[in-house]
Amino acid sequence: MNYTFQFSEVLDELPYLLGGAGVTLQIAFVAFWGGAIIGLIGALAKVYGGKASKRIASSYVTILTNTPALVQIFLLYYALPDLGVLLDPLTAVMIGLVLNSGAYLTEILRAGVISVRLSEIEAATTLGMSRLQIVRYVILPHIAKTIYAPLSNFFVWLVLGSSLAALFGVEELTGRAINISTANLRSIETFTVVAGIYILLTVIASTSLAMLGRWMFRVKVRVF
Amino acid sequence: MRHLEITDISSSYGDQQVLRGVSLGADKGEVVSLIGPSGSGKSTLLRVLVGLTPPTAGEVFVAGERVDYSSNAALKALRNHMSIVFQQYNLFQNMNVLDNVTVSPVKVRKESRAGAEERARVLLEKVGMQDKEKAYPEELSGGQQQRVAIARALATKPEILLLDEVTSALDPERVNEVLDTIRSLTNEGITMVIVSHEMSFVREVSTRVAMMDEGRIVETGTPEQIFTSPTEERTRDFVSKILAHR
Amino acid sequence: MLERLIEEAPLFFNYHNLVFIGQAMARTLGMTVIGCSVGFVLGLSIAIIRQSASRVLLPLRIVVIIYVEFFRRIPFLVVLFIVLFVIEPMMPGTSLFGIATVSVCLLSTAFLSEIMRAGLESVPKAQIEAALALNFNALQTLTMVVLPQSWRVILPPAAAFVVMFIKDTSLASQLGVIELTFAGKMLVNRGFSPVLGFGAILVCYFALSYPLSRFAAYLEKRLATS
Repeated sequence: MNYTFQFSEVLDELPYLLGGAGVTLQIAFVAFWGGAIIGLIGALAKVYGGKASKRIASSYVTILTNTPALVQIFLLYYALPDLGVLLDPLTAVMIGLVLNSGAYLTEILRAGVISVRLSEIEAATTLGMSRLQIVRYVILPHIAKTIYAPLSNFFVWLVLGSSLAALFGVEELTGRAINISTANLRSIETFTVVAGIYILLTVIASTSLAMLGRWMFRVKVRVF
Repeated sequence: MRHLEITDISSSYGDQQVLRGVSLGADKGEVVSLIGPSGSGKSTLLRVLVGLTPPTAGEVFVAGERVDYSSNAALKALRNHMSIVFQQYNLFQNMNVLDNVTVSPVKVRKESRAGAEERARVLLEKVGMQDKEKAYPEELSGGQQQRVAIARALATKPEILLLDEVTSALDPERVNEVLDTIRSLTNEGITMVIVSHEMSFVREVSTRVAMMDEGRIVETGTPEQIFTSPTEERTRDFVSKILAHR
Repeated sequence: MLERLIEEAPLFFNYHNLVFIGQAMARTLGMTVIGCSVGFVLGLSIAIIRQSASRVLLPLRIVVIIYVEFFRRIPFLVVLFIVLFVIEPMMPGTSLFGIATVSVCLLSTAFLSEIMRAGLESVPKAQIEAALALNFNALQTLTMVVLPQSWRVILPPAAAFVVMFIKDTSLASQLGVIELTFAGKMLVNRGFSPVLGFGAILVCYFALSYPLSRFAAYLEKRLATS
């Protein structure tokens, strides 16, 4: 194989690629928080809702977690124009990711909501704490500890999952990698560098989240 | 030389010296008990003997031959003659009682399954667990598991049996059934080294008692000597404290 | 839109299309089964290598750790591209299905090895010491004591992983492999309504994934109570 590796061409484009990394993080961020809002509603519906809300929330979760996000976004992207709604690729991907994340986050948050132990609440009550105090000092910290690790992992997973957007022309990290490699034909080098950037992103994200968790919630999250 | 001869054994854990030059000996068939406060190194000594923790200095002789704790082959040979029963019984959770007792003879010593099972049943009867041969460890109480563990240790026909605080993890009601089992073994000619907190038991079955503290042997003697007229102050302290709680 | 759906439905659900979708589903299933089987075997080997303390295996251990950490932190799409651009010049003419399957195996091995490693580590050290004291060699300890006890910890997350994996195969459509997602795209390109086309595909994925996810939940319930 007489292929000489030329990384310099790719490294020239580093600023462009890092810009893409920024877009990636933005997508992950919006998908996470958008999904979290839906997830909270869904979790509360599943735990405290009436029969109808429970059914709707359950079906939503079951359908969206048993089918690929890519196909969900395809459906949105190609079907909405028929209804007269024209979306640019980024918005379609974002809506799709938010809806998809909402399903997974419903489950994570639900686990948090039901993790509260009655025994702790009883102990707090016998110690004379008011309901507000119990929520603040017993229930919320406990939920925070339970869901912090799964939420962090889910965010990191979203950072990787955002690469889907490239398939719709969005110029996040993978999208920009495709652009560069079609231009300079140095595909292996380009994607290797991009792989390296993703690893850097995920390691920084995991480590920061782990440190944040340790500091704020006294949760131990494994990085490696 | 005595059957088991321990000379000047030292061992450390990181930069912590756990054993500081321990010397002890036991004749064939003797029952030597180690007593002393927690952290004195009693269990570590047993672990060193069976090769789970390496000694940093000193020698151990079994039946006159020096044990090379750095050689895998030597360790294998050693464990053919020496068995240990742990405080947490450590029965294999994925095997039933009979399999736990026969697995080493069959798989390691390559004995015939029929012969091993026959001997296993004899041993299980000796420890009073013959009715439970198909049971799994999770279905048994602590005392029952410990008795199976003793049978398992005996299945390899050891000349030396080490018992590491085998009743410490048991409910009080279960302790006696295990002590009865051990008592019946003391007349079988196996050399035993027992680490225990059960003072009346120790006093009853031991030929000699050694008091350990801070990684050293403080005093050895017959049970009467140690319990009624100890010469060292630390021994006196420990014995009086323990016996006061009876 | 509803009129369009009603119009197209009988045209959509003809024999030819159904066979087409069926074949695509077989490819999705094929990638999943091959990927997870290979990942299972290699993942277990990697986990065992990482558990061993032997000095001889140290260089292999380092390689393996780098491999796992690398492939766990990059998107599947990037893996697909890298594998494509590495294999194509070296072995031109390799089928797209083959390239996709290789990518899929690389990923599943990395993730499954972590699940297996957690399983192996969950066996209490005391069990291993008991085996040592009874003169078990390393292989015997592994096969008779550690592995049988690690299944409880391995199976639930492994099943959950397979469920996730089925969805990941949809990215192979990007390569041109005619699996379920690509089949959906092709049908929509032929003029069928996206709701019909992708809807049918979603149903197929659901049919594959849902029973498995129920099984995974069942495993979690039965095995996690110990």
